[in-house]
Amino acid sequence: MTCIRIIRFAGLYIQTSTYVTYYILFRIILNSLINSEFRNKFGKKVVISRVIQDVYIIFKTRSVMKRREFFRKSVGAGLVTGAALSLGGYKKIWAATPVSSEQFDLVAVRGGEPGVMLDRGIRQLGGMSTFVKPGQTVVVKPNIGWDALPERAANTNPLMVQEIVKQCLNAGARQVYVFDNTIDEMTRCYRNSGIEKAVKDAGGKMVPANTEGYYSEVKIPGGKRLQSAKVHELILESDVFINVPVLKNHSSTRLSLAMKNLMGVVWDRRYWHSNDLNQCIADYATYEKKPHLNIVDAYNALMRNGPRGVSKSDVTNMKALLISTNLVTIDAAAARMFGMEPATVSFIRKADEMGVGSTNLENIKISRINI
Amino acid sequence: MNLAKLKRMRVIVSLVFLFCTALVFLDYRNLIPENIISGILYLQFVPSLLKFMNAVGLSVLGFIIVILLTLLFGRIYCSTICPLGIIQDALSWIARKFKKKRKRYYRYSTPHNLLRYTILAVTVLVFLFGSVLLISMLDPYSNFGRFMTYFLKPVVVDANNNVSSILEEFDIYALYPVLLTKVPFKILIWPIIVLVLVIWLSVTRGRLYCNTVCPVGALLGLMSKVSLFRIGIDGEKCTKCSLCARVCKSSCMNYNEASVDFTRCVGCYNCLTVCPAEAVKYLPQTTGITRSMNWKNTGHIPESDDKPDKNKRTFIKGSMAFFLGMAGMKMIQDTPVNKKPTEVPEEKEFPVSPPGSCSIENFNDQCTACTLCVSACPTNVLQPSFMQYGLSGIMQPHMDYHSGFCNYDCTICTDICPTGAILPVILEEKKLVQLGIAQFIRDNCIVHTDKTDCGACSEVCPTKSCHMVPYEGSLVIPEVLEETCIGCGACEFSCPTTPYKAIYVNGNAIHMVAEKPSEEELTVPEGDDWPF
Repeated sequence: MTCIRIIRFAGLYIQTSTYVTYYILFRIILNSLINSEFRNKFGKKVVISRVIQDVYIIFKTRSVMKRREFFRKSVGAGLVTGAALSLGGYKKIWAATPVSSEQFDLVAVRGGEPGVMLDRGIRQLGGMSTFVKPGQTVVVKPNIGWDALPERAANTNPLMVQEIVKQCLNAGARQVYVFDNTIDEMTRCYRNSGIEKAVKDAGGKMVPANTEGYYSEVKIPGGKRLQSAKVHELILESDVFINVPVLKNHSSTRLSLAMKNLMGVVWDRRYWHSNDLNQCIADYATYEKKPHLNIVDAYNALMRNGPRGVSKSDVTNMKALLISTNLVTIDAAAARMFGMEPATVSFIRKADEMGVGSTNLENIKISRINI
Repeated sequence: MNLAKLKRMRVIVSLVFLFCTALVFLDYRNLIPENIISGILYLQFVPSLLKFMNAVGLSVLGFIIVILLTLLFGRIYCSTICPLGIIQDALSWIARKFKKKRKRYYRYSTPHNLLRYTILAVTVLVFLFGSVLLISMLDPYSNFGRFMTYFLKPVVVDANNNVSSILEEFDIYALYPVLLTKVPFKILIWPIIVLVLVIWLSVTRGRLYCNTVCPVGALLGLMSKVSLFRIGIDGEKCTKCSLCARVCKSSCMNYNEASVDFTRCVGCYNCLTVCPAEAVKYLPQTTGITRSMNWKNTGHIPESDDKPDKNKRTFIKGSMAFFLGMAGMKMIQDTPVNKKPTEVPEEKEFPVSPPGSCSIENFNDQCTACTLCVSACPTNVLQPSFMQYGLSGIMQPHMDYHSGFCNYDCTICTDICPTGAILPVILEEKKLVQLGIAQFIRDNCIVHTDKTDCGACSEVCPTKSCHMVPYEGSLVIPEVLEETCIGCGACEFSCPTTPYKAIYVNGNAIHMVAEKPSEEELTVPEGDDWPF
């Protein structure tokens, strides 16, 4: 008892002194930060102190405009002199059209560690430089929906994501962004999935997706039930979009795959659930901003109790990986890997009927690699 | 020791305490480790006392330290540890800068003892009869906590969100935005009343709030009557310059009669600093110096003679308070109430109390609504309640499954609760604490009404107690396994139906232990052949 008291007291005094130190450090960092200069992603020089001066003006106009818009408008009005961002050049969205593989429609790798399998699979398609050109921005969308550790396979394997980010940067990508509209609380998902650390170590950027301000309304002309959706701005603005789902069982859609993973780039998922979930998933797959590359992580696959999983006993170490540029092809192949016929999975069948791709795996070129 | 140093020390220590305590409430990222939070709040009187009474363990002795300090040196707690007291000092200090010279000074005033001890007695009695209502309304720490959570934290979070959105324009994603659930205005009424009262009294009359309204102040005041060290005026040296009374925030320096009302003294030591004649002393009472200074030399009646009279008065007030308290009991006793008889689908029979609270009754008896857990909860599921627990539980947090759901792998609220209303639970145990049981209303369910797949509830269920079973055709519909359901509310939060949910959690009045979800061996066909 005395011991606990002493420890508690020690804690009390240690924290007191730590916070004083923190405060001093904070001031030092703040001062140096305020006077520092750096280059932003558009290559423009930015002085923080000037930015701070303009914050007041921005706050006044903030409430009426959307988060991104208010800044742009104030920029347009020439209010932010130091950080005059020329956003015109930034609009070259989707300049790079999806590059389909010359040789293969589907690459399937088996028997290696995540990074090794990915490297091998991507080389089969001509390397990451086939998809990512120097100076482009890349957005990687793994499944980070759950506050669960990597071995639970509720989220995409962090090593897989790390390797993707590395390869993109090696191919000359200006920046690689990673995000997911998580279901559990975002910071916990990012942290406990191991993806935040993996991405930062590889040199990519974790981007939040937890407020509506990040999403812009888009039309989905091909949709039957889903005619419009609020999509994350990075999906709309980045040059290359890489979709990295994990192979999972799902309680209502049976499987969670590449198309299902795209639910994490939109804001209002409740609408999907209340308006024929499977149809909405297929509808969104018709949207023009499709992933340029789909990579299904089946290193660890969640075989039951999906999409969250209850314990490690739900996971099997499949050690497999699928890569394709087509959403339906990869989902059909992944369904087979799981042991299900693609036609029995409602959203895959619906997407096939709507012409997003074909579930027929007989007539396509498949590269099968065993490591 | 130079007496002037005492004041400087007091100011520094109190600012450190204020800063740390405020930080605990404003730490929206949960960066401060739980044991450091308990360390910071260790000396808070009311939480520590309540936790001790809940027989958590003898390691919760913060209030005894405070009592010992009071018995030795007077109400040090009020000046250096109590966050509400410190902000009052800060407010009156700032206010004095703007006042006209004539109005800038305090002066001696008679104590409002009747009001003061009545409030204390009523609070204690109501507490003894089983309700913390008055404690949670009047406890300075809890009030401070509410100010932080309801008024300051939204400002901090808003600042964070604005800065983060600006940084993002420069491709810096270091700060993530934070979502806050808006607190309904009816919850804010009492905090606003107290805030206005505190500001008004501190700006105009220094520490009048602490010496009239605050029950902790009154209690420690009673104890400081017998303190070892007390402040006294040496009648021989005193030149009656009135400087000490002018700087006394508690208005307790009666220099004319060379006496100090030490029950009201909060130990700010301003008087020690200003006295030019060194007549104001801070000495052990038993040495006899203070005694001689105070009474013999000035010919004033010794304090002890006052005591019987005061005791009589307190007794009368006490019995008065007793009846007041008894009258109040009737309203308070009937919690938690059965709002409706069972079989009414949308209505919860019981609210859901946080994990670790053991039962709604225990929670209601211990929680002072300091809102530390509300502030720390990462999923915003803990929200202040209004009448869900009945009158006695007003402002106490409940699990609001419309603003969030309880994270399966999180025990933050149980680790930080300073009052013992939420007891520490280890993660593995917490995963089995059944707060309530999910109730499925088939007639509201999308699968039943629209004949389309949904499964939002089953998707998020951490124990798969809400699982999907075959329905018409290839459709699947939710079914709840009550044994393994822990009542985390993920299903209720995720259910897309409006205005009534198709699945909701009915609280357990007494928390139960759920069964562990089964972990059967997974049978997966081995093989390296490709299925395509």
